[in-house]
Amino acid sequence: MDHGPAVELGVDHAAKRKTRLGIWMFILYTIVYGVFVAIGVVNYEAMSNIVFGDLNLAVTYGFGLIILAIIMGLIYNWRCTKIENEMNKEEKS
Amino acid sequence: MIYGVSYLAIALFVFFVLLVLGLSFYFGSKTKSASSYFAAGGTIHWAVNGVAFAGDYLSAASFLGICGMIAFVGYDGFLYSIGYLAGWIVALFLVAEPMKRLGKFTFTDALDSKFNSKAIQLTAAISTLIVSIFYLIPQMVGAGTLVEPLLGLDHWVGVVIVGAVVIFIVATAGMTSTTYVQFIKGGLLIIFSTVLAIYIFNNGLDLNPNNKNQDYIQPMTLTADDMQGFTMVSNMEVEDFSLVKMEKEGVYRWFTKSGNNFEEAMTVTATSDGEKLYNGAPKEEGKFYQVGTLVKIIKDGEVVESTGKVSPLKFLSIINSSEVARYVKILFDDGDNAVTAYVQKITPGKEMLIPGLKFKIGKGATPLSKLNFISLMLALFLGTASLPHILIRYYTVPSQRDARKSTIVAIAAIGFFYVLTLFMGLGAATSGVLNLEDGNMSAPLLAKAFGVGLFAIISAIAFATILGTVSGLIVASSGAIAHDLIDRYMGKQLSDKAKVRAGKIAAAGVGVVAIILGIIFKGMNVSFLVGWAFAVAASANLPAILMVLFWKKTTAKGIASSIIVGIVSAIGIIVTGPSISKQFFGTEGLHGLDSPAIISFSLAMITLIIVSLATQKDNKKLRNKI
Repeated sequence: MDHGPAVELGVDHAAKRKTRLGIWMFILYTIVYGVFVAIGVVNYEAMSNIVFGDLNLAVTYGFGLIILAIIMGLIYNWRCTKIENEMNKEEKS
Repeated sequence: MIYGVSYLAIALFVFFVLLVLGLSFYFGSKTKSASSYFAAGGTIHWAVNGVAFAGDYLSAASFLGICGMIAFVGYDGFLYSIGYLAGWIVALFLVAEPMKRLGKFTFTDALDSKFNSKAIQLTAAISTLIVSIFYLIPQMVGAGTLVEPLLGLDHWVGVVIVGAVVIFIVATAGMTSTTYVQFIKGGLLIIFSTVLAIYIFNNGLDLNPNNKNQDYIQPMTLTADDMQGFTMVSNMEVEDFSLVKMEKEGVYRWFTKSGNNFEEAMTVTATSDGEKLYNGAPKEEGKFYQVGTLVKIIKDGEVVESTGKVSPLKFLSIINSSEVARYVKILFDDGDNAVTAYVQKITPGKEMLIPGLKFKIGKGATPLSKLNFISLMLALFLGTASLPHILIRYYTVPSQRDARKSTIVAIAAIGFFYVLTLFMGLGAATSGVLNLEDGNMSAPLLAKAFGVGLFAIISAIAFATILGTVSGLIVASSGAIAHDLIDRYMGKQLSDKAKVRAGKIAAAGVGVVAIILGIIFKGMNVSFLVGWAFAVAASANLPAILMVLFWKKTTAKGIASSIIVGIVSAIGIIVTGPSISKQFFGTEGLHGLDSPAIISFSLAMITLIIVSLATQKDNKKLRNKI
C-alpha cells in the first residue's frame, strides 16, 4: 500500500518547532477574531463608533482582521524559513 | 427584469471557454499517471499554486453571493468575507504542512496515514463527496444566474453549459488543467474587480445615478395633492408596511403609504390564471426597474446631490453619514393573486455599515438569533481548512515549504479581493443597478452600468470563476471515488491507467449530479448556500484533521465516528431548520437554527474524544504491529 506524499519529501527536523509556532499564532488570531464576534453579539451598536479616520469600528476591525491575517502569514513564513534553515542545515553538517 | 443580450460578452465567454478547452487538450495529452491526474504530479510552483488557491476558493459565493448580499443587507454580507478569509489562518498555521507531509492525492490519505483503516477510507470519502456536492450546488446556481443576462438563455441552460465544460476539463487533464484554469481565473478576477472598484470611486455617489450605459428610473412618489392619475383601489397592512393598491389606465400597482406620500413598490404578481406581472405589466414592457440609491448624501457635513470622484475611505465615510433606499421583500395574497412586493425602506448609512440587517444580533435579537450568528462565524472560520477541494491543492506543490508559501500568497490575494467586495457591494447598492429578483447579479449589473465592455469582461470572469471552482470540486470528488473508495476501500488495486479512467468516469457522474442540483436550487443566495457547505465541512472533517495531527490518543474508530456524527448532525440541523423548510415545504421548520456548526462541530469533537478513549487498545495493537 502506498499512500504517502505524491513527491518524495526530505526529513523536516524543524517540524516540531514550526508546529508550536503555528499553534501560538493560531491562538492569537482566534482571540482577535473571537473578540470581533463577541462585540457583535454583546454590544453591536459599539460597531458604529468612529475609531479610525472616518471609519467605524465594524469596518476598521473587519479590514484589520484581513490585514492581520496577511501580516501574521508573512511573519510565520519568515520565522519558519529561518527555523528550517537552521535546523535542517545543522542536521546536514 | 429583462436583460439585453451582449454580443461582446458572448464573444469573450466563448473565447474563454475555448482557451480552457485548449489548455485541457494540451495537458490532457501529458496526463498519463494517477499522480499527474489527481495531484498535477506535485510539480506546481508555489506562486502559481497560491493564485490557483485563490481561483479555487473565490467561488460564485464570493463574487456573486457576497457582493449581492452586501448590496442588499450591507455589512452582514461582508461578515462572510471576514469569516472566509479568517478560515485561511487555520489552514496556514495548523493544516498546510502536515497535510502535505501525510497525504498523497486526497485528504483521506492524510487522515488514514497512521491507521490504514477501512472505516476512515469509507467515511472520509463519503464526507468528501457530500461536502463537495453541498459546495457544488451554489456554484451551479450561480452559473444559471449568470447565463440569463450573458447569453439570454434560461437558468437551466447555464447550469448545463458549465456542467458540460467542467466535465470536459476534468475528464481530459485532471488537476493540471484545473490548476491553470484556476490560476488564470484567480488572476483575472482580482485584476478586474480592482478595475470595477476604481470605476466606483471615479463615479462617486449620486442621488440620481444615471450611468454611461443606462439611465436611472426613479420609483414614483405620489402625494395626496398630486396622484398623477392613479386612483386608490384597496389597502392592506403587511408586516410593518401599509400597502395601497392603485389603478391607472387598467394597470394596477402597489405603493407603500408613508405620511401623506405614497412610495412605489416593485411587485411581481402571480395571477390565478398563471400569468406573471411585473409592476402590473408583462415582463417585456420593462416596468420592473433596477433600483438601489442613496436618498440623502452628506459629504463633509453638508447635504449634496453628488460627490464627484471619491477615495475608497471617503466612499465609506460618505455612505456612513448618508441614507440608503434599501428594498425589503414581503409576500402576501391579493384575492386569488400571489404578490411578491419589494418595498422601499430608507436606511441610515451607518446601519448599512454595521452588522444587524440580516443577522438579528441587535434590535429584536433573541438568544437563538445570536446563536445563529456565532454558529455561522464559527463555520466560516473552521470550514476553509476542511474543504476537500482546497486540501488537495497541497499535494500539487513539491514541498512543505511550498505548501506554506502558496497559502500565504492565497491569503494575500483572497484578502485583497475580500476588501474589494465591500466596495463592489456598496457600489451596487447605491448605483441604481439592483435586480430585486436576483441579488446574485449585483456585481455584474454594476459593471454593466459602467459600460458593456466591462460587463462583458466581468461576466466572462464570473463564468470562469464558476468553471474554476467547479473543476476543483469535481477533481476532489473524483479522487474520493477512484482513489479512496475503489482503489483503497474496496481494495481493487487499480493500475495507474485504470485509476485515471475511474477518476474520469467519476468526474462525469458527479458533474451530472451537480447539474441536476443546480437546477433544483435555483433562486437561493449562493453565499448562504456556501455557508452550509462550510458548516458541513467544519463538522465532518475538521475535528478529525485537527485531532489526528495534535492528539496522540486519536484512534481510527474515533475518526470515523466523528466524521459520521459531524455529517449527520450538520445535515440534520440544516434539513429540519427554517430555510430548507420554508423553501421546500412552506413550513417554519422544527427549530430556528440555520447554521449548525456550533452544535454539529462540538458533537463531532466530543464523539471523537469519547470513542478514541474507549478504543485505546486499537492503537496499542497498531503500535505492536509496527
